[in-house]
Amino acid sequence: MELNAQKRGTRLHVALSGELDHHSADKARIMLDTLLHDVTVRELTLDLSGLTFMDSAGLGVVLGRYKTVHMRGGRMIVTGVSASIDRIFRMSGIYTLVERQ
Amino acid sequence: MYNITQIRFSAVSQNENYARAVIAAFASQLNPTLEELSDIRTAVSEAVTNAIIHGYEQNPDAFVRMDCTLDHGLLTVTVHDDGCGISDIELARKPFYTTKPELERSGMGFAVMEAFMDRVTVESAPHKGTTVTMEKRIGHAG
Repeated sequence: MELNAQKRGTRLHVALSGELDHHSADKARIMLDTLLHDVTVRELTLDLSGLTFMDSAGLGVVLGRYKTVHMRGGRMIVTGVSASIDRIFRMSGIYTLVERQ
Repeated sequence: MYNITQIRFSAVSQNENYARAVIAAFASQLNPTLEELSDIRTAVSEAVTNAIIHGYEQNPDAFVRMDCTLDHGLLTVTVHDDGCGISDIELARKPFYTTKPELERSGMGFAVMEAFMDRVTVESAPHKGTTVTMEKRIGHAG
């Protein structure tokens, strides 16, 4: 799991790459939460196009970060969603909370 | 074609990736589509992760067993642990149900297995371990 972040104003764009499973979820969570310590972030975009694998552990990571961003009145966006990840997302109803672009 | 493989590995999270690699290599004999392969890897990842974190609470001295069978286009994967077991299987299979919300588990593991495989059965009892059996027919294999 690798992560590449860019911030523009109040927008944080994070590209994830590699495999996001239960094993790597802790690392992803810690890295994302460190970035979200910056309280000026109001919009978080997660670019998943570089992920070669994601299961429901990744869904937990996305939902957890949504809660953080939502609590400060911000919004969250996911991009680069593969067909397999899209199925998990649709099943969970996450698109009512997180926008897909 | 008939073929069987069995592996046994420590209940540590590093082995989630290993189990996916094994099932992907084994299922490749049936010439699955990329989508079928992705479905199988994801379902196996869910079952193995459950065994590691729920069955055994990540114990390197405990073992998860994975039995894989190919029988004329039908792939059967059994993931077995001798861990704590499940007291209410019906509840455990419900979407969003999790006993570990503190780990940010989404509770979607069984729902994903059911969506990505043709058939999923769960045998378990408290302190008697858990066996998850998943079947998937691979399209163009004979």
